[in-house]
Amino acid sequence: MAEPVLAVDNLATHFFTRDGVVKSVDGVSFTVAPGEVLGLVGESGSGKSVTGFSIMGLIDPPGRIVSGSIRLKGEELVGRTEAEMRAVRGRSLAMIFQDPMMTLNPVLRIDTQMMEAVQAHEKVSDKAARDRAVQALAQVGIPSPEERLSAYPHQFSGGMRQRVAIAIALIHRPALIIADEPTTALDVTIQSQILAEVQKLCAESGTALVWITHDLAVVAGLADRVAVMYAGRIVEQGLVDHVLDRPLHPYTHGLIGSVPGEAMPGKRLMQIPGSTPSLGRLPPGCAFEPRCSRAVETCRAGAPPLAQGSQGRAYRCINPVPAEEAA
Amino acid sequence: MLAFVIRRLAQAFFVVVAMVVLVFFGTYVIGDPVWMMVPGDATQEQVEEVRRTFGFDQPVYMQFLTFLGDVLRGEFGRSYVHGSSAIGLILDRMPATLELALAALVLAIVIGLPLGLFAGLKPDHPASRGIMAVSILGFSLPTFWVGLMLIMLFSVMLGWLPATGRGPTMVILGIETSLFSLEGWRHLFLPALNLALLKISLVIRLTRSGAREASLQDYVKFARAKGLSPRRIIGVHILKNIMIPIVTVLGLEFGSLVAFSVVTETIFAWPGMGKLLLEAIQRLDRPLIVGYVMVVVLLFVTINLIVDILYSALDPRVRLTGSQS
Ligand SMILES: Nc1ncnc2c1ncn2[C@@H]1O[C@H](COP(=O)(O)OP(=O)(O)OP(=O)(O)O)[C@@H](O)[C@H]1O
Ligand code: SF4
Ligand SMILES: [Mg+2]
Repeated sequence: MAEPVLAVDNLATHFFTRDGVVKSVDGVSFTVAPGEVLGLVGESGSGKSVTGFSIMGLIDPPGRIVSGSIRLKGEELVGRTEAEMRAVRGRSLAMIFQDPMMTLNPVLRIDTQMMEAVQAHEKVSDKAARDRAVQALAQVGIPSPEERLSAYPHQFSGGMRQRVAIAIALIHRPALIIADEPTTALDVTIQSQILAEVQKLCAESGTALVWITHDLAVVAGLADRVAVMYAGRIVEQGLVDHVLDRPLHPYTHGLIGSVPGEAMPGKRLMQIPGSTPSLGRLPPGCAFEPRCSRAVETCRAGAPPLAQGSQGRAYRCINPVPAEEAA
Repeated sequence: MLAFVIRRLAQAFFVVVAMVVLVFFGTYVIGDPVWMMVPGDATQEQVEEVRRTFGFDQPVYMQFLTFLGDVLRGEFGRSYVHGSSAIGLILDRMPATLELALAALVLAIVIGLPLGLFAGLKPDHPASRGIMAVSILGFSLPTFWVGLMLIMLFSVMLGWLPATGRGPTMVILGIETSLFSLEGWRHLFLPALNLALLKISLVIRLTRSGAREASLQDYVKFARAKGLSPRRIIGVHILKNIMIPIVTVLGLEFGSLVAFSVVTETIFAWPGMGKLLLEAIQRLDRPLIVGYVMVVVLLFVTINLIVDILYSALDPRVRLTGSQS
């Protein structure tokens, strides 16, 4: 296997708040191969965004990466200075955010916001930067990019704005893009268009993707591999087909069961009882134990160890879902 | 845009008319100016004589109609005290006041903006707490007291700056100004600082809360994700957003600077409109008071109009249309 673009190893990012330490990310490991699409799924508050921001080096106090390693193309990012991180951000590592209404500065024209992205990393003339911006807009399917460039964000629809953000992210052909639920705020038809677009563009430029979402249907259509996050940990990961066809962790199983259409017709849609635990007060054993239908006595004793299989398959569960139930 | 300006001007016209009517009758109620105009030992005869000359023997509505007639002929009345045109007197003094207010505005921005920005971007820094404490003082200390303290410190004790009056002036483009000589600035600094005090505090607060709010926005995080330098993020992305409320508020506050300058001008013996107004009120010089009100209302209206136009220039989401009120 080729050297991974991104290797996250045992990452822990904690927030030191007045009410105590919030362990938003606690021992997360995964890798992304060049050009690969990794789906990062999990409920709200499971630590997906914090993982993404940790990789970007955008964790602000009271938060801090307390341990672990993040290597981009073999180079360690944890412990770098702000100036060193700035040279990486936007160039070999880019990010797209959830709400396109908020990610573009409302009082700056699109050309300003695109040209500054070019010029942050390359000493080129305004003219050259502008040309690059036009190309990038055309690439993401914005009609008459030349004219649209001097518009303000509010003159664009949500889908168009997200395209602009994607164009900005792609402008330096980064090795990796972290996309934090970039289609959640858009309506369904636009969602699938943008999904297809991003998939195509990344494939063309060989850019790897970490696609954060809580929508398993999106993961099924887009990702090569999937990592399922729960309460700051990855509880299961592997190739998309393997994980979706044969989930081993009861949480993954529950997630799949709660997707309409994935469930068998006539079978009741499954609901995971309870809600995400408070990250300040996790149970000593498996974090999912209070909500788990398969919990046994030993689950409460200590954190379940990581069980590893072939092709990157891994899960953390003492009493995994048996094959006959998984289907 | 044009419709917007016309609508604004029409509104302004009615505001001016309403204010003039109010002030005219208001000053009529306050007292009889005759007693300010005749010597203490004047006979009844002499008093009546003066009454007739100025038309005070007429019923108030007649006086008002006469006044309106004068206004329509472009004649805004003569000061009872000075005998010359009231508007002329005011316009003569206006450059001094505008100069003072403008200097105060500049001080408010030059001092307030960097301090507010610092306090907003580093809210936990000890210096930020200091800045906020000072801004609270600025809000709560009375202007006249601070003025006296400034004079005590810089003029009396240190002897650095003159305490009163305006420096030498010269006429630039037909306007008398003291902005082009060092001596002029030396005279201007203390009164301007005194007048600016409240606005400095205001700018600090506005900038701080604006910067705090803006720095948490997604567009700032996205700008950081692009790899932009902090200088560009603060100087362009954050500042351009917080300039919108600051310009709006400060623009509107410029009128109140002109109004508040009455106090400062009195303390520092600054020969502006405010000082003139105070004297006019003491002597019940109605044409002068009415004239002052007209000038200041017009000033307010003009400022508001300029602010609205500036606002739309700064915030692309706002476009002035005729339908906007
Ligand atoms: N600045 C912060 N201070 C304190 N806690 C924080 C901070 N940022 C995030 N957290 C905590 O970290 C946890 C994980 O947050 P995160 O945003 O990563 O969740 P998520 O998986 O992205 O959820 P969502 O699907 O809602 O976006 C949350 O419980 C949140 O309370
Ligand atoms: S370890 Fe136990 S409690 Fe945790 S998911 Fe597996 S079965 Fe459920
Ligand atoms: Mg999130």
